[in-house]
Amino acid sequence: MGEKIGVYVCHCGSNIAGVVDVEEVARWAKEKFPEVTVSRDYKFMCSSPGQELIENDIKDLGLTRVVVAACSPHLHEKTFRGACQRAGLNPYFFEMASIREQVAWVTKDKLQATIKSKALVDGAIRRVINHESLEPIKVDITADTLIVGGGVAGIQAALEIADSGSHVILVEREPSIGGHMAQFDKTFPTLDCSACILTPKMFDIGNHPNITLLTWSEVESVDGYVGNFEIKIRKKARMVIEDLCTGCLVCQEKCPKRVIDDVYEVGMAKRKAIYVPFPQAVPNKPVLDTENCTFFQTGKCQVCQKVCPTGAIDYEQKDQLLEFKVGNIILATGYDLFDARRIPQYGYGKLPNVITSLEFERLTNASGPTNGEILLADGRKPETIAVVHCVGSRDKNYNEYCSSICCMQSLKFAHLAREKTGAQVYNFYIDIRTPQKDYEEFYNRILDEGTLFIRGKVGEITNIPRTAEEEGKLIVQAFDTLAGIQRRIPVDLVILSAALEPRSDSVEVGKLFGIACGAQGWMIERHPKLDPVATMTEGVFIAGCAQGPKDIPASVSQGAAAAARVISKIQQGQVLLEPIRASIDENRCSGCRICNNLCPFTAITFDEIKEVSSVNVALCQGCGTCVAACPAGAISGTHYSDKQILSQIEGILDPALQLSK
Amino acid sequence: MSTNGKPKFSMYWAASCGGCEISVLNIHEKILEVDANFEVVFWPVAMDSKYKDLEAMEDNSILLTLFNGGIRNDENEEIARLLRKKTQIMVAFGSCATEGGIPGLGNLGTMKSIFDTAYFGVSTENPEQIYPKTSFESQFGQLHLPKMYPVLRTLDQVVPVDYFMPGCPPEPHQIGAVIDLVIQVLNGKAELPPKGSVIGAGTSTVCDECKRTRTEKKIKKFMRIQDVERIDPEICLFDQGIPCNGPATSSGCDARCPAVGAQCIGCYGPAGGVIDYGARLMSAFASVIDSNDPDEIESILESIPDPAGQFYRFNLAKSLLRSSKYAWKGE
Repeated sequence: MGEKIGVYVCHCGSNIAGVVDVEEVARWAKEKFPEVTVSRDYKFMCSSPGQELIENDIKDLGLTRVVVAACSPHLHEKTFRGACQRAGLNPYFFEMASIREQVAWVTKDKLQATIKSKALVDGAIRRVINHESLEPIKVDITADTLIVGGGVAGIQAALEIADSGSHVILVEREPSIGGHMAQFDKTFPTLDCSACILTPKMFDIGNHPNITLLTWSEVESVDGYVGNFEIKIRKKARMVIEDLCTGCLVCQEKCPKRVIDDVYEVGMAKRKAIYVPFPQAVPNKPVLDTENCTFFQTGKCQVCQKVCPTGAIDYEQKDQLLEFKVGNIILATGYDLFDARRIPQYGYGKLPNVITSLEFERLTNASGPTNGEILLADGRKPETIAVVHCVGSRDKNYNEYCSSICCMQSLKFAHLAREKTGAQVYNFYIDIRTPQKDYEEFYNRILDEGTLFIRGKVGEITNIPRTAEEEGKLIVQAFDTLAGIQRRIPVDLVILSAALEPRSDSVEVGKLFGIACGAQGWMIERHPKLDPVATMTEGVFIAGCAQGPKDIPASVSQGAAAAARVISKIQQGQVLLEPIRASIDENRCSGCRICNNLCPFTAITFDEIKEVSSVNVALCQGCGTCVAACPAGAISGTHYSDKQILSQIEGILDPALQLSK
Repeated sequence: MSTNGKPKFSMYWAASCGGCEISVLNIHEKILEVDANFEVVFWPVAMDSKYKDLEAMEDNSILLTLFNGGIRNDENEEIARLLRKKTQIMVAFGSCATEGGIPGLGNLGTMKSIFDTAYFGVSTENPEQIYPKTSFESQFGQLHLPKMYPVLRTLDQVVPVDYFMPGCPPEPHQIGAVIDLVIQVLNGKAELPPKGSVIGAGTSTVCDECKRTRTEKKIKKFMRIQDVERIDPEICLFDQGIPCNGPATSSGCDARCPAVGAQCIGCYGPAGGVIDYGARLMSAFASVIDSNDPDEIESILESIPDPAGQFYRFNLAKSLLRSSKYAWKGE
């Protein structure tokens, strides 16, 4: 072959050079392959001087191929492709060998690490020789954006994009937007009213000319790719004609059927069978709960229809399937609260005065079931209250991670409980974590107020007394690690600061949108530090607690950040797609139709007349599923041809490398 | 030896069943054309000839050799090398020579396990516990038997091969067509295809020649043909859950098996462009399983009772792996 290859081995400071003999890898590459014209090692290949090394060599030595052995392609493939392009070399004549993530970070033995690095470089060199010149595919971007989830993160993102002049379709599963924030009473550390700061934003969503709000709706399917997603949304039947409904809520008032509200009031209060979840709901149009409606269950009643002044009740309404074309998607699907029943020794669900954080939020909320009075199950006022931190968080039995908000939330509970009842509050904590602005000051304030802090994980919450003073109380038992003693604190009310968990269906939702969730179920960002709201799927962004536990300011920031990313994409007008596509050789295809069902982007169609299958290049994302499946070898993938892959494997498995020990 | 000026022809039978030889006779009266155009100089199954005679021939003096069977012992290898030296156009003839064929499945086990099965298996009566040896003292002196190799190799894994002719055995009409072609070349009326080509086969897959109607494939269960109550005569066998290898197999046989309701077992070898036949098939089969539940997927896969036989019946010796590790190491 007449190729001239440049091989560059990166030290990555000591990240790679600390384990891999980088000079040896560079020396060996030049010695082994006659095609390798130049081989260098350098401290930081991704730095400007590092990239200039490549550019200058391409210009001065006439390199036709470039291999960089460094970190992972996720991180810097674009960087080095850019360097190639600037020097006039087609960027696809570049190949990267990951000797940091795949070698240095996972191999302790220096000799083994060096041999393994050589193997990867060997494969990369043989592969790059077989590379072909490719041009990126340009496609127009649809300006509309889909946002899934109407909590505060989704609301923020929607408003930012709508205000910038582009259209947003905001989809919410529940009857109203607002999310968890709408359930809270006060927010830490400023103690301003949650509803007061959220409802204006909710109102703006409901009235924004650039926002199509679809509540009581769920995304059913997603096709297409960045710039050109095709979305199907199931708008569940409300049994209320929204255009006619004026939001007078006479129907709700007159409805004779009361149902426990498991969602908004977390089971602490009842709602009607036709209802809006809370007075500030957006849209202020009710939903009829057919499972509990007397008419739907028995065929009699129809009170709501009789009282509705505009004739907006329609018992015949069916689910609607709506189709939209959008360019970008933001997932702000939020979190689920840890089910405290999973820790039986805490007695939640069995002991009446053990409640969760969300239940306390409702209890202390002025619009809640007790109008904001903190009362025990029997209506008494509590005199002593325990707040238990880290329930289901930082616990290997449940979730190893820190839920990030519980410390601050528990401090807030201590303050609210004390302020409203005058009770003595005990906070049981493992560590207090107050890392944001004004958070530590809030902690000091609560300390000053007289809340008692016991450092120790609660072992048990019981109603079985051992002494007279424990009689009729809940006893919270914990080992106080500061005093070195077991403590039994008798209290009237226990608040469990339950962990934030990924939505129970986060993995399925992720799949629907083509993104992955981590082991715990949080959606994975493209880069944990440098690209926290993008995902590995172009055009799909994440914001808020869908990505991991976070508080309101962080959710709002992410909503805004995701919006900024989307607005920037819209302004670019076009997107460059990787030219990596599958294609079918008509002459080899015998129409066995094995590939027909496989394409996640529905890019494969079957021509009934010619009896062959073909790939729509505009829809194909180059995932390679069909390439692998085609039994006749009639489908090939650009940049991943058999020749390219097999030559790489041959390089990696070259027995000479093992002998080089 | 030859004096009549006709080009010379030879055919040899290494590790194979003999079906290829019969298939050549199955070309009926066309065999007369072979005789008219060629001088048969070496064909142990059809005429008396000695290896010594072959050795005595000049190099490249044979125009065409049809070599069937894989290379399983040192005799196979010796004759393959000898014929290669004497032959201008060396054709790997039939599945065994091109891909290893059924004897190639022996590469899954060790030589010892093969001998144990053959000499001490339940179907063998062997009271004297006779076990094959490579030399034997007889009353006439020392006799030698060929030495068996740990694995079977295809012909092209031993000597350079000019053309490959798949099939178990190759279809008579394909043999006839190849003979016609060679005769035309001899008369200057056609040109030989590029060296290394597959000849006597189609360019597409069995599905291309199969008349059955195909739909999008969604498989809930694979069924062996004997377990199917009624096979629909119109619908693709694969679509009926019968594991048919047609989609990955080279055309050229006129889809004879699927036409009569038997699944393709892949004797015509991989379609062009397929590097590892069995891996391709497994990937294809796995792709159309209609379930997302790991347990259900597992049970659907278990409905293929003999995966090696299903996916590599003819191709194991030519696959990327070629054999099991134990066989390869000669253990």
